[in-house]
Amino acid sequence: MLLSGLAAADELNLRVGVTDISRQVYDLHMTIFLICVAIGVVVFGVLFWSVFAHRKSKGVEPATFHESTKLELAWTIVPTLILIVMAIPATQVLVAMYDTGGEDMSIEVRGYQWKWQYKYLDDDYNNTLSFFSVMSTPRDEIYNQSVKADNYLLEVDEYLRIPTNRKVRFLITAEDVIHAWWVPDFGIKRDAVPGMLNELWTVVEEPGIYRGQCTELCGKDHGFMPIVVEVLPEAEFDAWYASQVSTELVRQETMGNDLTHEELMAQGETVYGTYCASCHMANGEGVAPVFPAIAGSAVALGPRDDHLSLVINGVAGTAMQAFGRQLDPAQLASVVHYQRNAFGNDVGDISQPQDVINLSNGQ
Amino acid sequence: MSEVIHADHHDDHAHGPEKGLKRWLFTTNHKDIGTLYLWFSFAMFLVGGVLALVIRAELFQPGLQFVQPEFFNQMTTNHGLIMVFGAIMPAFVGLANWLIPMQVGAPDMALPRMNNLSFWILPFAFGMMISTLFMEGGGPNFGWTFYAPLSTTYAPPSVTYFIFAVHLMGASSIMGSINIIATILNMRAPGMTLMKMPMFVWTWLITAYLLIAVMPVLAGAVTMMLFDIHFGTSFFNAAGGGDPVMFQHIFWFFGHPEVYIMILPAFGIVSHIIPAFARKRLFGYTSMVYAVASIAFLSFIVWAHHMFTVGMPLAGQLFFMYSTMLIAVPTGVKVFNWISTMWRGSMTFETPMLFAIAFVVLFTMGGFSGLMLAITPVDYQYHDTYFVVAHFHYVLVPGALFSIIAAVYFWFPKWTGKMYDETLGKIHFWLSFVGVNVTFFPQHFSGLAGMPRRIPDYPLQFADFNMISSVGAFIFGLSQVFFLYVIIKSLRSGAPATGRSWEGAKGLEWTLPSPAPYHSFTQPPVVKDEEVLG
Repeated sequence: MLLSGLAAADELNLRVGVTDISRQVYDLHMTIFLICVAIGVVVFGVLFWSVFAHRKSKGVEPATFHESTKLELAWTIVPTLILIVMAIPATQVLVAMYDTGGEDMSIEVRGYQWKWQYKYLDDDYNNTLSFFSVMSTPRDEIYNQSVKADNYLLEVDEYLRIPTNRKVRFLITAEDVIHAWWVPDFGIKRDAVPGMLNELWTVVEEPGIYRGQCTELCGKDHGFMPIVVEVLPEAEFDAWYASQVSTELVRQETMGNDLTHEELMAQGETVYGTYCASCHMANGEGVAPVFPAIAGSAVALGPRDDHLSLVINGVAGTAMQAFGRQLDPAQLASVVHYQRNAFGNDVGDISQPQDVINLSNGQ
Repeated sequence: MSEVIHADHHDDHAHGPEKGLKRWLFTTNHKDIGTLYLWFSFAMFLVGGVLALVIRAELFQPGLQFVQPEFFNQMTTNHGLIMVFGAIMPAFVGLANWLIPMQVGAPDMALPRMNNLSFWILPFAFGMMISTLFMEGGGPNFGWTFYAPLSTTYAPPSVTYFIFAVHLMGASSIMGSINIIATILNMRAPGMTLMKMPMFVWTWLITAYLLIAVMPVLAGAVTMMLFDIHFGTSFFNAAGGGDPVMFQHIFWFFGHPEVYIMILPAFGIVSHIIPAFARKRLFGYTSMVYAVASIAFLSFIVWAHHMFTVGMPLAGQLFFMYSTMLIAVPTGVKVFNWISTMWRGSMTFETPMLFAIAFVVLFTMGGFSGLMLAITPVDYQYHDTYFVVAHFHYVLVPGALFSIIAAVYFWFPKWTGKMYDETLGKIHFWLSFVGVNVTFFPQHFSGLAGMPRRIPDYPLQFADFNMISSVGAFIFGLSQVFFLYVIIKSLRSGAPATGRSWEGAKGLEWTLPSPAPYHSFTQPPVVKDEEVLG
């Protein structure tokens, strides 16, 4: 009973959250809200009393007063004083939020249509660790062909992980259009503006998984780019981070190695599903006329290097992004290989990571 | 006017309306143009309403059922644009056309031919904008706020038509405003000093100045977009040295006064209806005028409160938070004055009064949520969620729209010479009142719980409130179709109205017969204090 009551309250009100800031914000929200309710009770009380009592049907003769300097001064001055009472805690919380600096670690958050990239800014590892976080809710659930999971639309393939009790600074920016990064439980939200760097910070005390969504209209899949942050206890985070960095270093060294057709197709299908399918559709048919088909397209059936270049550099002025900045050579090679050998495309050639590296260096 | 004078001017028949379509195409008469504006805005209101119902149908349940995300975005965008520029603003201009000459004791508007032009631009502007929905690549899909670069580099090709349509709407608004200012300043009957003007005239005078001040800013914004899209400039493109945030500053420097353009005339309307049905003079006329002027002034220095999350220095955030909170003071004065007008009046509750009282209550609730949104640190949590959607719909639907509906019922007998059906009017009110609250009240909750706005699909915890909201939207939508029925029925078979159609109605327009003569006052009326001040 108690738990369901709490759950219902969660659906009705702002979340208290798990940081000092989010609690301050919640308290401020409740203070302002209750002041508004109190004013509302008085004002609407007078109005409804008047509606109830001052009716022609009760034989009331209208009064003739139509001004009162004292009253009018009073209801100018009193609201001003109430506003000052509201402004004081509001200013305090805002100043607390602007207490930047002194961070223990920094993460760059970059919005893309329609995914987030997280990069751990770490001089020791040359900013090695960087990955994309893409919504993993299956299309079947969105199109009502299978039962929706509990975290419907709030599930991603890779969580952003941060430690408890450390001050984490987020540098927020975007690659294409404006997005906004919001984790309600941390009480922080900031727009991700292309070409600008916004600063945000948090210190989370409780480990757990916290979910949010993009809150600035950013095009077609604006509703489908959630944010998931897993907060780990400090030691656990450090272990996870060390293992990620070493895996990443190994991956970078072997990135140029040749792959078999089967390996390319398997990896290509995964990459395609994550990065391409939202526009070009899972079957490669696209959405005419905005998102061209890949099945049977001149690019996919034409020269391989032109196809690779298009994926690496994107097409200016369209939604086709420059994936050379998002994917590694192995991913690029495999996705192009997949596109040329799936959906009935049957080119039969092979694209290797080394081809991508050569092409990139040649430019 | 005696029979003799009529006989003397027997050859003067050009003063009556023409017959047929030409009457409407070529009219320079303020009443005909007012009627055109009102019917046009009602048509746009229904179109915008259909788009809203597409949105609410899709959001009835989680998952995608009816439309795809790219089409959903076109619906939200065009719903906003059509309601703001096509429904609310032209409706107020229509009311201004009908009422201002009658209320200041003039025969017509000061610039009748420009009046014709400023109306007839609109069907073309909206025809063009709505036609983009059928073009390859679809219509505007970047929100009614059309933030760059989503509306420039990443926009569908039809954006150029949208830009041209916005230019046309702006030209229409500016011409309308010039006309209103010229009429009010030059054509008042002798004895009607500024501080004796009816509140509707006062609010429109100030609104017209706001329009002239900010419509060119909007035109500048869309022109810069046009250049970025077609001529290789980089006003809003960081890669070329521009700044996407500058777009938002320019847009909201237009946009915030714009939202007051949509509410100040509503204040004027309510300030006529409440005294009429309370049978008591408006309380605090002078402070009402000063409050409107203060709100108009403040509207120019609060724009960045729409942009608290965009990343501004602390001092900027504090300035815009404080200036925004200040708006509560003159707005509060207005609400207190309306309630004091009702206090110890002798009230009856005909349809216009019901809408006006609902306006005071529900607009004030929108004001409370507005005050909450002004508090920067908590705005971070509310920003771009359904809490904002609930807030601005509370001020625009039971705010601006209810005042327009109230005005239609209130002045209907004066315009047509017929009374509407009171029972049907009350049914319309209660349906609308229930519909609007069932639609928008739950959105406060889904917003606080964290539902972002402008999304075609949502996580499961928001399902209940969205379902309620969708049911309310259909009730509200259908009750506006019922409104159309009430109007048509009353036009056809309403009981004849007297000149002073309401016992407590005061103002020069009520000294004219109903329906008002084609040229309102051919002789300047005598302005008596007990008439114009109530």
